Amino acid sequence: MALSVSKVARNVPPAETRAGRGPKRRWWPDRVTQLLFVLPAVVYLCLFFGYPLVKNVIMSFQNYTTSTFFTGYAPWVGFANYVSVFKNSLFQTTVINTVLFTVGSIAGQFVIGMALALFFKRRFPLNGILRSLLLLPWLLPLIASSSIWKWMLDQDSGVLNQTLLFFHVIASPVPWLSSPNVALASVIMVNIWLGIPFNATLLYSGLQGVPEELYEAASLDGATGWKAFRYITWPTLRPVVSVVLVLGVVYTLKVLDIILGLTGGGPANATQTLATNSYQQSFVQFSFGTGAAISNILVATSLAFALVYLRLNRRAIDE
Amino acid sequence: MKAVKSARSRQLPYTVLAVVFLAIMLFPVYWMVNTSLQPGPSAVNATFIPLHPSFAAYSQAISDQLGNMKTSLLVALGTVIVTLVIATPAAYGLAKFKLPFTGAVMLALLISQMIPGIVIANSLYTVYVKLGLLNSIPGLVLADSSSAIPFAILILRAFMQSIPPSLVEAARVDGAGHWRAFWSIVVPVSRNSIITAALFSFLFAWSDFVFALTMTTSNTFRPLSLGIYNYLGSNVQSWAPVMATATLAALPAIILLVFAQRYISAGALSGAVK
Repeated sequence: MALSVSKVARNVPPAETRAGRGPKRRWWPDRVTQLLFVLPAVVYLCLFFGYPLVKNVIMSFQNYTTSTFFTGYAPWVGFANYVSVFKNSLFQTTVINTVLFTVGSIAGQFVIGMALALFFKRRFPLNGILRSLLLLPWLLPLIASSSIWKWMLDQDSGVLNQTLLFFHVIASPVPWLSSPNVALASVIMVNIWLGIPFNATLLYSGLQGVPEELYEAASLDGATGWKAFRYITWPTLRPVVSVVLVLGVVYTLKVLDIILGLTGGGPANATQTLATNSYQQSFVQFSFGTGAAISNILVATSLAFALVYLRLNRRAIDE
Repeated sequence: MKAVKSARSRQLPYTVLAVVFLAIMLFPVYWMVNTSLQPGPSAVNATFIPLHPSFAAYSQAISDQLGNMKTSLLVALGTVIVTLVIATPAAYGLAKFKLPFTGAVMLALLISQMIPGIVIANSLYTVYVKLGLLNSIPGLVLADSSSAIPFAILILRAFMQSIPPSLVEAARVDGAGHWRAFWSIVVPVSRNSIITAALFSFLFAWSDFVFALTMTTSNTFRPLSLGIYNYLGSNVQSWAPVMATATLAALPAIILLVFAQRYISAGALSGAVK
């Protein structure tokens, strides 16, 4: 087998040039071997992404209850799950929370990440080591980070309130996670902390692509500091910025660990988002049909942004 | 010489400023370690420096969580193996073979990274119930690979595209089949990016929470992330053991960042990130 394949291979130009020969692509046994390289990955993608996505659509039209898993009986209910999701007053809350959480997190992560990226662009001793240590919050298990912040934000003995009280910044302890008015802001703050390394790293690598001559030329024309950023850095960096922002949206929509760890979606649903609500419908209420309906809304939103990402990415590559 | 020195001293304030930024960013990590070393069980009167460090919290954390840590370790190692076995050949095939559907697979990989885990979990649960994969290491390994495999394929492929075709051709001319050439040329040459992919697969699975939460239903089979979550679920009375557990959970990330920094930076920059 190996011999015959290699004989064929010897007569055929290597893979690189063969495809260039145009549409006359023949189906060598060689091709079968090549397909086997990719096949397991394709099968995996179909089983763990393709199938769940399709299955979710089907499930969203069925009524699942706790007994479904024993009896296998999940009657067809048409759009009833979607109707009940949209009619529930909680839906509006979760959508607003999701938007606030996403926009707030990304605004904070991006601005601070950009500031750090610009700062680390300067040359100074230990730059490389300090920059890589900055990655740490991003590498920690999210649930471990949630537990740290839950402790730091503890109303009575958390270090944040203790410090703020000590310096008389606040008169009484702030109920960071236990007040419906503050909880969402606290969760956003934690998510900003988590996202800074990601934003700073990608923007920093983008800044490396801005040619140094541009700055030199501009400084001769008197454009330094903010002006140099406005007229040179920002326009050159824009493709990277778009990609960072869109990826930020997609990844923020996914967030479950942090919210469940910090507040569990409470108090009084103040931090309930589409992702946490989907989890709660399915895995707490065991109403998998409703959970699937919310999941599909979440997927549709993510995919809309994914399409934007792919278009931007393609344009960035074309340029 | 003098010019170099003055440049250095002009740069020094930036280093100081950078250290201050970093201290603020990493304070939570410091606070975690500090709390875990506090002597009192409640850690309510935690001092800013562990003046009388105590490992009592660690012994409690380990007695609570040892089984969970083993589970997490096995799941993470299993995920690394499954991911590398599936992703490495696929990355090579997608990088070099000009297969007709390469574009479609790449698109699917990019999109798959954007699908929220809870969406996958929602329908996977019903399948796992039927197949008896709930509360099992294989079940979690397969589910956790869903975040590791697309990532691994993307960074491995990016590297393998840069392998000069002549390298593989030489082996092929000598009579090696595709698999031989792959195993004896491509894999050794790609060593560094394979290590990066393996490290990130390990971290993804070790940190996984969504599948740990949804694909387990028993009190006896739990990954470490779920152990931490269960601490948080009840009203926490003593934070020291919780922070000790969080420190143990954070340990792989800290170790890798210190000892395998170049691989981590390579992964972080590959663009496609968690």
